Amino acid sequence: MTLSETKFAALLYGIAPMLRAKARKYPAFAARLAEKDLTVQIRTFDGAVARHIAFRGGKVASARGLHPRPDVTIGVATAALGARLFVPWVDHLERIEAMKNFNFTADGPDELVVWFTQTLAMMMTLGWEYGTDVGDGTKRYVTNTNGGPLFVYVKDGRIVRLTPIEFDAEDARPWTIEARGKRFTPPAATTAAVHTLCSKSTVYSPDRLLYPMKRVDFDPGGDRNCQNRGVSGYERISWDEALDIVASEIRRCKTQHGQGSIMGNHGSHHTWGNIGYYISSAHKFFNAIGYTRVVHNPDSWEGWYWGAMHHFGYSMRLGQTETYSLVEDLMKEAEMVVFWSADPEATSGSYSAHEGTIRRMWLQELGIEVVHIDPYYNHSAALLGGKWFAPKPGTDTALALAIAYVWITEGLYDKQYVAERCAGFEPWRDYVLGKEDGVPKTPEWQAPETGIPAKDVRALARRWGTKKTYLGAGGWGNGHGGACRAATGIQWARAVACLLAMQGMGKPGVNYGHLQWGTPVDLRFYFPGYADGGLSGDIENTGMPISLYQRMPQLPTFNPSTQRVPRLQIPEAILEGKAEGYPWNGKTIEGQFQKFVYPQAGHSPVKMLYKYGGASIGTMTDTNRYVKAYRTDKLEFVVNQSIWFEGEAKFADVLLPACTQFERWDISEFGGTGGYALHAQTQMNSRVIFLQHKCIEPLGESKPDYQIFQALASRLGLGAYFSEGMTELDWVKRLFDASDLPRHISWKKFLKKGYFVVPPLAEGRRDPPSLRWFYEGRKKDVPEPHPLPGDYKEEYGKGLQTQSGKFEFECSSLKRFDPDDPERPPIVRYLPSWEGPRTAELYGKYPLQLISPHSRFSYHTLSDGKASAINDIAEHRMLVNGWYYWVLRLNPQDAAERGIGERDLVRIFNDRGAVVCAAHLTERLPRGVVHAYESSAVYAPMGEPGYSTDRGGCINQLTPKRSIAKKVTGTAANSCLVQVVPWDGSGELRTAAREAAPAKSAARTAQVPVFAK
Amino acid sequence: MKKWNLVIDVAKCFNCNACAVACHDEYCGNEFPGYAAGMPRLGARWIDIRQREHGQCPMVEVAYLPVTCNHCDDAPCLEAARDGAVKKRPDGIVIIDPEKARGQRQLVDACPYGAIWWNEEKQLPQAWPFDAHLLDAGWTKTRGAQVCATRAMRVLHVEDEEMQRIVREEGLQVLHPEYGTRPRVYYQNLDRYTKAFIGGTLAGAIGGVEECVAGARVLLKRGGQTLAETTSDPYGDFRFAGLDEGSGAYRIEIADDRFAPQAVAAELGRSTYLGTIALAPRAAARA
Repeated sequence: MTLSETKFAALLYGIAPMLRAKARKYPAFAARLAEKDLTVQIRTFDGAVARHIAFRGGKVASARGLHPRPDVTIGVATAALGARLFVPWVDHLERIEAMKNFNFTADGPDELVVWFTQTLAMMMTLGWEYGTDVGDGTKRYVTNTNGGPLFVYVKDGRIVRLTPIEFDAEDARPWTIEARGKRFTPPAATTAAVHTLCSKSTVYSPDRLLYPMKRVDFDPGGDRNCQNRGVSGYERISWDEALDIVASEIRRCKTQHGQGSIMGNHGSHHTWGNIGYYISSAHKFFNAIGYTRVVHNPDSWEGWYWGAMHHFGYSMRLGQTETYSLVEDLMKEAEMVVFWSADPEATSGSYSAHEGTIRRMWLQELGIEVVHIDPYYNHSAALLGGKWFAPKPGTDTALALAIAYVWITEGLYDKQYVAERCAGFEPWRDYVLGKEDGVPKTPEWQAPETGIPAKDVRALARRWGTKKTYLGAGGWGNGHGGACRAATGIQWARAVACLLAMQGMGKPGVNYGHLQWGTPVDLRFYFPGYADGGLSGDIENTGMPISLYQRMPQLPTFNPSTQRVPRLQIPEAILEGKAEGYPWNGKTIEGQFQKFVYPQAGHSPVKMLYKYGGASIGTMTDTNRYVKAYRTDKLEFVVNQSIWFEGEAKFADVLLPACTQFERWDISEFGGTGGYALHAQTQMNSRVIFLQHKCIEPLGESKPDYQIFQALASRLGLGAYFSEGMTELDWVKRLFDASDLPRHISWKKFLKKGYFVVPPLAEGRRDPPSLRWFYEGRKKDVPEPHPLPGDYKEEYGKGLQTQSGKFEFECSSLKRFDPDDPERPPIVRYLPSWEGPRTAELYGKYPLQLISPHSRFSYHTLSDGKASAINDIAEHRMLVNGWYYWVLRLNPQDAAERGIGERDLVRIFNDRGAVVCAAHLTERLPRGVVHAYESSAVYAPMGEPGYSTDRGGCINQLTPKRSIAKKVTGTAANSCLVQVVPWDGSGELRTAAREAAPAKSAARTAQVPVFAK
Repeated sequence: MKKWNLVIDVAKCFNCNACAVACHDEYCGNEFPGYAAGMPRLGARWIDIRQREHGQCPMVEVAYLPVTCNHCDDAPCLEAARDGAVKKRPDGIVIIDPEKARGQRQLVDACPYGAIWWNEEKQLPQAWPFDAHLLDAGWTKTRGAQVCATRAMRVLHVEDEEMQRIVREEGLQVLHPEYGTRPRVYYQNLDRYTKAFIGGTLAGAIGGVEECVAGARVLLKRGGQTLAETTSDPYGDFRFAGLDEGSGAYRIEIADDRFAPQAVAAELGRSTYLGTIALAPRAAARA
């Protein structure tokens, strides 16, 4: 025997005794060994080294040589390779290279292969200790959520309490910023959003799906009764039955219909983590089976992505500018902050809890003025005070143009900057002054559009034009949400981008932000964000190729189907068989111009929907469409993998119960997004990285998403490919090893303690403020690896991503794409909303403008409904006659005209649908504007689903499906006209036209679904 | 001895509800014998946040008032309790005994602050017990104070004399001192909630164009006496805050060299925004 052969043989010899020893020590592992009876042959291809291991009734036996009929055969090309692959410290790159080059093979039933390899891997993790004893039998674990991290106190297998993390003595202290003679340091702790703090109530919700279920009248071999989706009840089935149905439907669709027939649709952000999250396990599974991808529109970036990007680039941030060190610059230099369609106190920077709140509390101490421009006197305004301007929804562009008019006519802008750093100012200036179209965009011109008096606009323009001012646009300060999600969203983002350029963006005290992004944390410490793809192997649709693919080599995955459907047009794709869209592709500015159509040439129409995560009905637009799409046999099969039985889970044929993240392993960073939101950690006061402990056992028969996908993959022979033979915990360790963590904390300690605080940069080593390099005409000096090297114009690192390398008031990219597009001309112009006060006929019928921002207290549908603690927050839902109603806000005068009082139940409706809400009368809205959050988790139609009034609160039934503009795919949810009337108790859908007509009984209400309580 | 006190800054509360939800997290699904029985999943708000809006669009303010058990030193519930169902601990905390209080619905009515909640299922009156089980286990602050992002909620463990000094220095108030219950929950900036403002916006022609009138001197008067004085801001806005609701007639006098003096009468019920006050040019006034 060669030395390698001896070594490999010895390693194989050691497996069985090791398994037996571990089983003796760990009863759970002994139980694992008793799960299967099988014989595994491990051999070199030439058989020179061979050993087989037999598992029988929990006993393990092993013998040298070849077995005549092994269940599983694992082959390695050579003994030398085997000796390297069968050690605990295996090099993953070598392991997957051996697989890819067919030097490391597995034959036999996939499920057994995965069981065996995971069992071997498990030996390494047995006995790992995690969590901190805090006395009286309580253990303190750690998790991380999309609303901040938590200590999780567990006693007797049950969660006792959830608290934010308070740093201990050995954790790094946060940074200090010195500004205007004062020193500011944030607390040495993390914050948590309310939708996270209420998690115990959602984990133990009575609406948890605890068992696999099948719709009672769904028979995959016979009558499917697709028309009864949303109406029929469910019966409990076994996991085996559920997985067999789903796997056989996947096979059936592929063989009967062909590529493209399976659609995979995930919601956003219903859990958190780099392993078990959607841009990880779900992407890998869907790629592995081949699917019609649902293309998300850049739904929080719309106006910035489709609009502002053409002025300054930043395609990799979807049209939002860089965000380095802006907290310090604002605190030291700025005199004023304009919050424009920005409510960071309600939207929490998406995933950063209340980290920014304490910083904004410093504004007053620093003597920095604030202004709020928002149709709603929002929560940031209520907390911070300051001047409030309430333009009619969708008219902000007119306001912005009038501000520009004042600056131009009164010389209140940075002429040198505009001359040296910008291009194409003259045509836009001429448009603003009215030289081009004869209409000067004066403050008086904008007054009837916005409802804001001309004098107020002049006062604001002069204040802004004479003070160093930060523009805090949207929830992140550099965009995100609000006015950009409207018919005029593209114009608005473009117009305010032009305003900031006129003031010299990048100049000290002049930039984007409202202290939400840009803390001086250390960004050189590598830890991937969720959008970097985790274990997905997806190097096309995640941030993986940048770093994670090299640091954590893994089997790559590619979706064999090129068919795509825009998320906003899923119903049209299913019901009408056609859809088209423009993509979310931030690699370059031009990425958004490549139109795609459904069906894709040669592909099958969608016949099966695999739904995973939060509901479309509560989050998309005109969502009765989605209800109708479910209730048709054009969709032959619907499986929904869900944690809770709510929303559109009630429209599935088979339900797969997933557990919450408290019940599984994962690893992640607080607010660590990666991808398009690179360096989002600068929203946090400290960078904190978490081992997400499995705090409790999965409730009922629910399982981690990873394990559900793996079990399905195994039924299709893809389990080994999906899992690489590893458990979630193995992947967690693998990702730990791929990051910079091992240089700072041992695995053992990280596993036990559950978190690591990355020390902040020393004061002298902080990154320079964003765009200062551009302002000063230097090369880029912030740690942002964008744009692509080939997208620089004259020299790498110099200038912006635009064709001229300058800020372009007149956009070259739009000129190249379609200079005659009236909705997106090369210079930004004001075009009134296609659904608003200027659409006279519709406005006559529906005279109220509805804005529906992201909910303050739930994350999409994550924490709403399901008997969650937040239902009792009166701002979220109101308890009236035993039902928790969604809240509609309206001005007291509008209410009085309609005979509506506080807490009255009202019907808010238009031609698209009707929702019953509880009214809250408020002076925080001007007349003519009503406000109700989007994202209800509850859908409770009072008659036939899709054709009746909803009592659950899915406001999204009312919002338009129309894209912002013809040549983009974007949501215009905030351009929505409605009427509000006192509710008469009817579940019938009545449009304004029918309201006027004499009442008649509607057949549609006859069939009452079992779920309408 | 040191006793427990809670201080809530109304100016810093923005209705995020983290304290209320943390309270729910602590007591729903948990039993702390001797301290509290489990809270119902829905319908109980042991820390409740009330809100009031002041003014009219576009001059509005919103104030939030977290209300919870005041742990009164002269607690009405203590008097209303039978069989020692309510006890006052030496450290100031009032505990409604989760066993002895069963069936004693009168405790709910006894609390003038509406801070005692009836648990229908357990037939038990319940209130926030100041997280006493945690403090007794060594915690130094309550769940609500721990999660408060703006630090609007503070826990003070001090001698009563020290607390009274802080009350004086920081101008703290209690809810309804006239009830004579001597609460241990104090409020900072309570005026934000209870008091009213009169505000308005000044406009006038400058250089022939209607502009916001900044820098005008605005006096608040009553019965010939000047109560307060302020200056209009860059948007022409002025505001007199901290007035008693329903305090009746006021007179606002506006003085600015560019314009004729002007006076406006205001009747204050709740906070009032007078809207835009158009100032006439000096010359016009003379004519």
